Amino acid sequence: MKTKEFIVTAIIIVVLLLCKFVLPKPIQFSPTISWIVTILLGLVFAFIFYLTIKGKPVERRIVFLLVGISLVVPFFMQFKLPLKISPEVQQVYDKLASLPPGSKVLASFDYDPPSAPELQPMAEAFVKYAFEHDIKIIMMGLWPQGPQQANQAVEAAFEENPALRDQVKYGVDYVNLGFQSGNEFVVLRMGESFKSMFPSDLNYTPYDSIPLLKNVSNFSNIDWSINFSAGKPGTVEWIQVAVDRYNLPMSAGNTAVQAPMVYPYLNAGQLLGLMGGMSGAAEFEKLTNLPGKATTFLLSQTFAHVVVILFIIIGNVAFLRSRKETK
Amino acid sequence: MKKQIPILITATVGTVLVLSVFFPPAKMLGEDFSLFFDIIAVFAFFLGGGNLVRVHFIKVYRRKSDWVYSVVTLVGFTMMLASGLFKLGGPPGISGSVTADGSYLNTMFIHIIAPLSSTMYALLAFFVASASYRAFRAKNREATILLIAAFVILLGRTPLGMMATGWVWESLSIFQIPNLAVWVMNVPNLAGQRSILIGVGLGVVAMSLRLILGMDRTYLGGDND
Repeated sequence: MKTKEFIVTAIIIVVLLLCKFVLPKPIQFSPTISWIVTILLGLVFAFIFYLTIKGKPVERRIVFLLVGISLVVPFFMQFKLPLKISPEVQQVYDKLASLPPGSKVLASFDYDPPSAPELQPMAEAFVKYAFEHDIKIIMMGLWPQGPQQANQAVEAAFEENPALRDQVKYGVDYVNLGFQSGNEFVVLRMGESFKSMFPSDLNYTPYDSIPLLKNVSNFSNIDWSINFSAGKPGTVEWIQVAVDRYNLPMSAGNTAVQAPMVYPYLNAGQLLGLMGGMSGAAEFEKLTNLPGKATTFLLSQTFAHVVVILFIIIGNVAFLRSRKETK
Repeated sequence: MKKQIPILITATVGTVLVLSVFFPPAKMLGEDFSLFFDIIAVFAFFLGGGNLVRVHFIKVYRRKSDWVYSVVTLVGFTMMLASGLFKLGGPPGISGSVTADGSYLNTMFIHIIAPLSSTMYALLAFFVASASYRAFRAKNREATILLIAAFVILLGRTPLGMMATGWVWESLSIFQIPNLAVWVMNVPNLAGQRSILIGVGLGVVAMSLRLILGMDRTYLGGDND
């Protein structure tokens, strides 16, 4: 390790240790401090803009540093941000809210930890809402780590509202069927029989012994389904097989990168609503009146988006300047 | 025979799966074939795991460059495999669930895999910002339109879009950035995605026909002869 790298690593460790043991918790800037920090960041960008005009573009490490600061600092800020609900998220909520108590919902967790920052908040909000409104959840995953993400969502719901731990019973109010390999073929076979793909749940309880699954044999016994997806297999496969062939009513939560690819299905009415990325999750949290991680993280994402926009503008200024000089 | 048999299997399975969608009598057969896919997929896990161990073991054995990382890979693989197979740590042992509270697999998933994977993915933010700074240029008209659309989406997907243009009169609300973002997603994006989907769909049909008819044999390995 080079000396410079060693020093930087040591500084990061010291700062983290200070944050862990010395600073009061939770660390929260007052609105005034929040504004001051924001203005300071703005001044830094103004200085970078000035340097760029002068023909001295900043190096990559400065870009990384500013992105890092812009992502971390907002976690401690207090800004109340207005959030406009998009029609596609409203549609998801309307569908969920229209379900009578006792409805059975199939939730497929088709993602893994890398996509969890975007998808886990919407999954947690959905699970909390379902538990509080007596909506039964049948969980599963086409991704190996999906069922564990589902368990984490359940645990988050219990931590948020400890009363649910006594009220909600595994096997009666929710069940986790686990992971099954085979991508869309799993969905295809579930169209005929859930049991053929999941002879037991995640805890090896036989399918027939689970009270919640007593009258559930295939999609025709499901009132609504929701798919949290980060790629393939995911929403598109569910639509092509479960929705198109078996008329399963379905909504989805996707990562921001994947969401644009799902819009054709949304517009065609094959998908009943879509939550796209962190903003979709925050909107859903607002609608369910269960503010969670997405609402907190959205400020950080807002700062990051602004930083990217500013860097694009500065980069283009440098580009236009160099083109002018070339001419 | 090495080529004829796989081609025959492909043609039979492909034809039956297509027929099973349109002709109910072939439905059961189609489902049976789809079950074969699951069985093959399970074998793929064994092959993948075996290949991973072989590649990294050779790297360690021959002391190739960065072989230390291969040791980490092998140790991690073995630990996860052992704790999953033998249900180490969690109650009630081998008959319990791999995801039970206290099981080593679940503990490693929550405290090692999840944060490490999230960290790797989070690094994208830095590269996106850096790439935007260095490469996202308004070089021509098309690039400028793309740039404007990117700004609209970036701002429209955050509360800042509403903060910046929330004051716009209701009659002109389409010009509020969040509404513009919805329009970009629902109109230009939708048109582009649909054309891609139709193109991909036609391509899949053509490719499937070539495979079923034995005209494309690249999946067998070797030359397309």
